[in-house]
Formats: sequence, C-alpha cells, structure tokens
Amino acid sequence: MSFQPTARGYYGQFGGAFIPEMLYPNVEELREQYLSILADPGFQEEYQQLLRDYVGRPTPLFRAKRLSERYGATIYLKREDLCHTGAHKVNNTVGQILLAERLGKKRIIAETGAGQHGVATATVCALRGLECIVYMGAVDMERQKPNVARMRMLGAEVRPATSGSKTLKDATNEAIRDWISNPTDTHYIIGSVVGPHPYPDLVARLQSVISEEIRKQLLEQAGRELPNYVVACVGGGSNAAGAFYHFLDEPSVQLVAVEAAGHGVHTDKSAATSVLGRPGIIHGSRTLLMQDEHGQITEPHSISAGLDYPGIGPLHAFLADSGRAKFVAVTDEDALQAAQLCSRLEGIIPALETAHAFSALDQLELKPTDVVVLNLSGRGDKDLETYLRELHLA
Amino acid sequence: MQTATQPDNVVQTNRFADLFARKPQGLLNLYITAGYPGLHDTVPLLRTLAEAGADILEIGVPFSDPLADGPVIQQTSTVALRNGMTLRRLLDELQGVRQYLPNTPMLLMGYLNPVMQLGMEEFCRRASEAGIDGVILPDLPAEEYADFYQETFRRYNLRKVFLITPQTSEARIRRLDELTDAFLYLVSGPGLTGGNQTADTSAQETYLRRIAQMNLRNPRLVGFGIADRASFNQACQHANGAIIGSALLRAIEGADDPHAAARQFVQSIR
Repeated sequence: MSFQPTARGYYGQFGGAFIPEMLYPNVEELREQYLSILADPGFQEEYQQLLRDYVGRPTPLFRAKRLSERYGATIYLKREDLCHTGAHKVNNTVGQILLAERLGKKRIIAETGAGQHGVATATVCALRGLECIVYMGAVDMERQKPNVARMRMLGAEVRPATSGSKTLKDATNEAIRDWISNPTDTHYIIGSVVGPHPYPDLVARLQSVISEEIRKQLLEQAGRELPNYVVACVGGGSNAAGAFYHFLDEPSVQLVAVEAAGHGVHTDKSAATSVLGRPGIIHGSRTLLMQDEHGQITEPHSISAGLDYPGIGPLHAFLADSGRAKFVAVTDEDALQAAQLCSRLEGIIPALETAHAFSALDQLELKPTDVVVLNLSGRGDKDLETYLRELHLA
Repeated sequence: MQTATQPDNVVQTNRFADLFARKPQGLLNLYITAGYPGLHDTVPLLRTLAEAGADILEIGVPFSDPLADGPVIQQTSTVALRNGMTLRRLLDELQGVRQYLPNTPMLLMGYLNPVMQLGMEEFCRRASEAGIDGVILPDLPAEEYADFYQETFRRYNLRKVFLITPQTSEARIRRLDELTDAFLYLVSGPGLTGGNQTADTSAQETYLRRIAQMNLRNPRLVGFGIADRASFNQACQHANGAIIGSALLRAIEGADDPHAAARQFVQSIR
C-alpha cells in the first residue's frame, strides 16, 4: 500500500484538487513547483538553518517517567510544544514562507483555528517582512484570545470569519475567498494537511521532520527506531501527518489518530470525522466529511478550536479507510482531565488539542514492553482560561 | 439500475444553439438562488424573469459553503437552506417547468458536494428529465469532468459551462472551449460574485477584447460584478451577453412583491 499521493493528489479515493477556475493558476503553479523547490539545495539549506536556529529543532524526545508508570508502558513525548511559537505549526510556515518567496509572492494569507497556525504564520511573515492577513472564526477569536493578541503584536491583521459556525471551516472559506480575490500576488499558507493537491502533501512533507527526528532520537535513547505506538491528535491532521510520516511504511508501528468526540461521538455535538463523516468535498479535497443527507456540511463541535473541523486531511481519510491507522475519539471532558493529569505528572501544560492525544492513552491496551511516542503538538498557555474555568481551578 | 435513456423531447434539443442563432448579442442571463426568498418561489420567479426578458435562466442550488460566492449569494443560500431547499426538492419542483418555459435555456449552478451525495448519474438524469440544458459546478475541475463525467453529461444532453478568468492561460481557454458546447463564462475580474470587479473598466476591456480575438467556438457571457445597465452594456461590448445574480437578489431582498421587484430590475437593465 502506498501512502504517497498520485500525480493528481489522490490517496486511494481521497484527495484531488476540487477548486474553482479562479484558483487554478495559483494551485497549478504550486503543484508544478513545490517538489523541485523543496528539493532545491538552496531551499533546504535555508529551511534547515531556520528549523535549527529559529524554531529550535530538533525538539527533545522526552521519556515521561510518571506517565509511563501510570500507564505501565514506556511513554515518550515528542516536544513540539517547545518549538518557537509553542506548537508544531511553525515547521510548516517556515517552509511555506520560503516557498512563497521563491514564487515571488508579496502577500500572505492564512486561516487559523486555535490560533497556533495564525501565530506561526504571523511570525514568519514578520521574520521575512511580508504582509500577513489571518482569518479566524469569530468564536475562536473569543476562545483563543491570547493568540489573537500575539498575531496583532507580530503585525498581522486578524480578520474575523462571521459565517456558519464561525470556526475553522469558516475561516478557511474566507481565506479561500481572499485568494480568489487576490490571484496574483498572494500565497495562501494552509496550516494543515487539507485543501487541494498539492497542499496535503506539501504540509505533510514540511511536518515530516517530526517523525524523522523521532526515529533518530528513539534509536539513541531506546536502542530501537520503531515504537509500538505513535499517538497524535487530528483536526485537519498536520501534527499527526508529521508524526506518522516516516512510520507509514512500517506496519509494526500502530498509528493512533485521536479525534475530538466533543460531547460524545453519538451526540450532535462532535467533531469525530472518521466516525461521522462520509466521502465528500471540502476546501478542494475529496475526503471524509461531516455532512447531512443532502450534502450540506454540518457544524462540528469540539471544546478545542484546533480540532473543531468537519473534515480531515485526505491522507488521514485514507489511513482510516484502509485501516492503517487506528482512530479513536476523546470527549471534551476526558481531554480536560488528561490536560490536568499531564500537567501534574510531568509538569507540562499541553494544548487542548494535544490533551485529546493524552486521553487516548486510556483507550490503548498497553503492555509493559510497549514503547509509545505521543506527539506533544503544542503548549497550553492559550487554553489556560478554558482550563481554569472548566476544571474549576479559578 | 437506472436506464440511460432520456425523454424523447430532450434528445434533439439544444436550446443554447437555438438561442445564440436567434440572438447572438446582448444576452441577459439571470441567476436566482433556489428556495429564495421563499421555499416555493423558485419556479414562479423563473417564469417572471423569462417574461420580463431574461434570455437564459440560472438556478443556484444553495450550499452551506459557497466558496466562490460573495456575501449576497452566501446570504440567500443560507436563507434558502433554512427554508428547507434541497437539491432533491429543487429537481422535483423543476419537473414540469418546461410547460411554462419551453424555449429559455436553463442552467443549474451549484457546488459539487450536494451533487455527489445525490450521485452524478441521478443528478444528470433528473436534471435532464426536467429539461435543464446545462450545469455549472465551479469546484468540479475540467480534468475530472473530462475523465469521469463528460460521457454521463452527453448521454443526458447536458452541457457543462466552464469559467474563465483573466489569469486563465490561452492554452487552457482553448481546452475548455473544446470541452463544452454551451457558452464560456468569463469571470469579469478578480473577486467573488457580487464584487466590484467591473470598477477597473480598462483592465476588463483589455481582457474581454483579448478573449474575443481568440475566435473561440463558443459564445461568451461575462459574469461577476455585473450589477446595472452600465456594467451590463460594457460587458456586452466584447461578449455575447452577461450574467447578473447578486444585484437581482439584492433587488428582491425584502421586497413585498419579489415578482414586481424582479420585473423592475430587469427593466432597469434593458
């Protein structure tokens, strides 16, 4: 089984580029050039240097002793929360800003859910002196205020998306509309492995540094390159794509994708796309999609703004469909408890998104010999207000 | 299994060709969102628009996430969905519309996902049975259409209308021109439906003139941002006609009598 996309961007039946003609020249330009730009030695030199000196890579692989004791297995945390800006998102934006420069673009747009991608985009735009506009759902601007403030401090313009559920899906709609309206000078830095081909592959490649490092670090620390499990949360799925990437062709490694169940998978307030979705088109990609019987996209729910999305990247739809990855769902409540547990056992406050991955450890039948790598995709500073309120700590 | 036969009256019909032969210039294509302003207004409004002088009628299938549309069509789509409009219901309502409108070419415009959920074959069959002549699916790329759906469209005598923008390369325009035999939809400039693309008249004129000089097989209609008599006439100078949607919907919005408002709007264009 191949987990690389076809020339037209298909992973099995998922993927493709279902875009209006107005986007065709931009997407086609990107499709024609992304692989050669990524492979260019000049690009690689600049990208690797920025990952090291600006992002702070490699990020540590940390053996979490107290969590390991609790779960009766060896648990490693891949510390993407220690990246500059506090999440894995910057791996992608550093790469895409260099790509945008090579495409001659002067203006950058992005969508953001939890605000981490928006902050990471605003950051690299400041670094390279490019104009930056970030679309963010009005609901998300309210629940992730610290990140809105950071984007503004960095000089980005944050534009609220006020249609639909006013969350990540709607922010993405607005970013696409902006791109349609600005067809020549603008590059759209998509933050996840979603969107029309080549974006899912582009973002997965830029995030694949996560699993590349995991393999090296695990060999150094545990004397083996392959863990038994790799666990990561999935909204669109960029941190999971990065954490899974170099293990996709290693069938002994169980990949665990953790979705947001919201109030529960079988309530009407959930974002567990692999369970609730059917094949459909969202944001230019054929993937699993939460929709009604008439093909209208339904509004998901998660307490976590970064997982509150009615689709998943086409690679993940294929991983779910083919059974290569195990998909589990975690409720709002369980994620909150897991955030508290991780904070108090390891002294690390995880992002609400990442907290879902921690909670999924409860759903694995771990043996003492098992080695688990959990991708700690982001830090939880942005979620403190929610944590204090929901965990009655204030 | 559905049989692939179509009603006899549809097989030989090409209302687009008939129209363009009859009236090669100054064509007015009017767009409404199905199920707006009221759930059952669609067919009555189509009749009103045809009587008022529309040459082509375009029926928008409301979608929750209309990516290429500006605020007006986003809003009318939201209202139509709230009213209970669905693709199935629309196709039901359109069966029989041809008894009132025998000659006016009619198009369905919508996004791909609702069509996929119904099934492309079923969609084409029902549309064809209703006497629909053409389809605009902005997020169905030409390549996917050519590889997977062109044969189905042909079988049901449906024509696929493709969009062209100022950024579309000449080679691609020629390819899209080969792929259809309805008309080419020239997006007037950068932006969404209902935008102010036509503000830059000289850029638009250069673009429309360039396309006009390509001697394409298909007639050309200009859309996006065409809102009044001035922008309509300007678009018609270098094309066979123009498409108006958002401005018409704005005129209907909140009107006590949407039919009177629609008639008045068409008179303001002609």
